[in-house]
Amino acid sequence: MADAAPDMRAGGARASGGATAPPARAPLVAPEKLRGFIASFGWTVASVGLFTLIWEFCWLVGWADPKLLPPPHIFLGQIGEQTKFFNTATRWAVGVNPDSGPTGLESVMVTVAATMARVVAGLVIASVLAISLGVLIRYYVMVERLTLPTITLLSPVSPIAWLPVAIFLFGIGNAPAIFMVVVALFFHMVLATVTHIDNVNRNFIHVARTMGATKRQVYARVVIPAILPGLLMVLRLNLFGAWMVVLVAESTGVGHGLGQVIMLARNTFNPSLVFFVIALIGVLGFLTDWALRMVQHRVLYWLPEKGAHHGL
Amino acid sequence: MASDAKGFSKKDPVVCRGLGKTWAAGTSRAHEALKGIDLDVKPGEFVVLLGPSGCGKSTLLYLIAGLEDVTTGELNHFGEPVTGPSPDRSLIFQETSLFPWLTVWENVAFGLSIRGASHAERKEAAVQALREVGLTAAMNKRPDELSGGMRQRVAVARALAMRPKVLLMDEPFAALDVQTRQKMQDFLLDVWRDSGATVLFVTHHIDEAVALSDRVVVFTSRPGRIKTIVTNDLPRPRDPFAPESEAMRRHLTAQLRDEVDRAFAEQESFGA
Ligand SMILES: Nc1ncnc2c1ncn2[C@@H]1O[C@H](COP(=O)(O)OP(=O)(O)OP(=O)(O)O)[C@@H](O)[C@H]1O
Ligand SMILES: [Mg+2]
Repeated sequence: MADAAPDMRAGGARASGGATAPPARAPLVAPEKLRGFIASFGWTVASVGLFTLIWEFCWLVGWADPKLLPPPHIFLGQIGEQTKFFNTATRWAVGVNPDSGPTGLESVMVTVAATMARVVAGLVIASVLAISLGVLIRYYVMVERLTLPTITLLSPVSPIAWLPVAIFLFGIGNAPAIFMVVVALFFHMVLATVTHIDNVNRNFIHVARTMGATKRQVYARVVIPAILPGLLMVLRLNLFGAWMVVLVAESTGVGHGLGQVIMLARNTFNPSLVFFVIALIGVLGFLTDWALRMVQHRVLYWLPEKGAHHGL
Repeated sequence: MASDAKGFSKKDPVVCRGLGKTWAAGTSRAHEALKGIDLDVKPGEFVVLLGPSGCGKSTLLYLIAGLEDVTTGELNHFGEPVTGPSPDRSLIFQETSLFPWLTVWENVAFGLSIRGASHAERKEAAVQALREVGLTAAMNKRPDELSGGMRQRVAVARALAMRPKVLLMDEPFAALDVQTRQKMQDFLLDVWRDSGATVLFVTHHIDEAVALSDRVVVFTSRPGRIKTIVTNDLPRPRDPFAPESEAMRRHLTAQLRDEVDRAFAEQESFGA
């Protein structure tokens, strides 16, 4: 046994050396990346599963009243009948049979898409406006003097306080909900942009200036790339804020969407629907965060992986 | 490549006359960092600046680079007053200042892209400069992927790509281990000889000063003034173990010691 092993190895080496098989093609996804993804996905499932089990257990032993806190198997089991409440395409029409129109899945998709589109539109508009203004504030002293005090004053105002303004200005529809998202993010993002500009490594700017860069070139080629990582992080942190205000805006009758469905569930006392929408929002929030993370990887290819060392 | 092939004028690359710098001048936090600096740097000269921490060595390099305004006195570059930064005078820092979002060759070609050079021109100049520092193989890597010594070599290549007349180096090798630093000193001497550039080099290492310099400027502690200028005409290449080198080190150490003592005493009374 012991002396057979070297022979086998030698034979194996010869065989593989003599074979004229083409070199193995590089896998589409690096195996260690794939393994990492599977592991993190597995832990997500485990974590959600653990929470579900506790809930189901509470229901089983009678601690959780299924009328108030229906466990997942109940509220997910009722998806079929719940989806008719998402029937936004025909809800407002007079004289239309509420059972006609799109199927349940379609109406869920329409509602989700409407809410999602508002979140994304608000994020994009807020980021573009806030980053531009933040850069202008540092670029032109006059812009700073004229705008920064007001922005600093308005930034602590809760976005909810802007709700009446949204309604006065835009009435009902997409515009007020998007306005709410923009307002919720804009002030923080302007201030974050200014702070990040102030914290750009001075040496980067010195290097560019000694190479003859004009102020404009310093901003375009050094300041903006240097602040991008921090700003994308700010965007990710504010994503949840955006989700929150969009739901509030929709639930108060400004437009329609997932927030409206929650409001409907509240008014008709339908806990299953509430939890279904909550689960939906959780999944959507997670997906949008994941999408932003992908953008971050793409745009900020030069950054090392964060969090791999658990803060050690 | 002799320095005169570059067409240096008779005038000197750096001339300071009664140069002084006060940070935050006119405010309550005004802080005099440099005072009455008189210094003439000859073309192609290698000048080392030595002095206690906080005496204003970096400040002097910033002034010469044109990144900060002179408070008092005069600062001339080939007979012209320094009014702002210029690609003629390149600054290299202690910590790496390579842009992490650019590859090595893009970093080296940064100055040319500022001037609007074409892709081909930039690449050619970058390859040329990287060849001078022996790093062509790393041209497509990102700065994070390089060791500290390689990064500083890239920083030198980036400065050289601008064909500067004056290289200002602020403790460029301070973060490197002893062996790498020795290598980098030899490398820098080669670059200096080949480019014919004038070098102003800040260091805290006396052996580094002795190994590199034509002249060593020793500063007093705050406000920084020139205490003495030591001419170092030991023959090159230099043997660090030669008795003459040893004598020079002793001399500089003695010059520096009481200034460092003074600086420390002052900083302690600051803290109290
Ligand atoms: N941007 C600045 N604003 C205000 N004061 C400054 C600034 N930069 C430097 N100083 C002050 O000027 C003095 C000289 O600083 P400088 O950095 O030139 O010293 P240094 O000789 O390079 O010291 P070290 O050897 O520690 O690098 C210090 O007392 C420092 O506090
Ligand atoms: Mg310094």
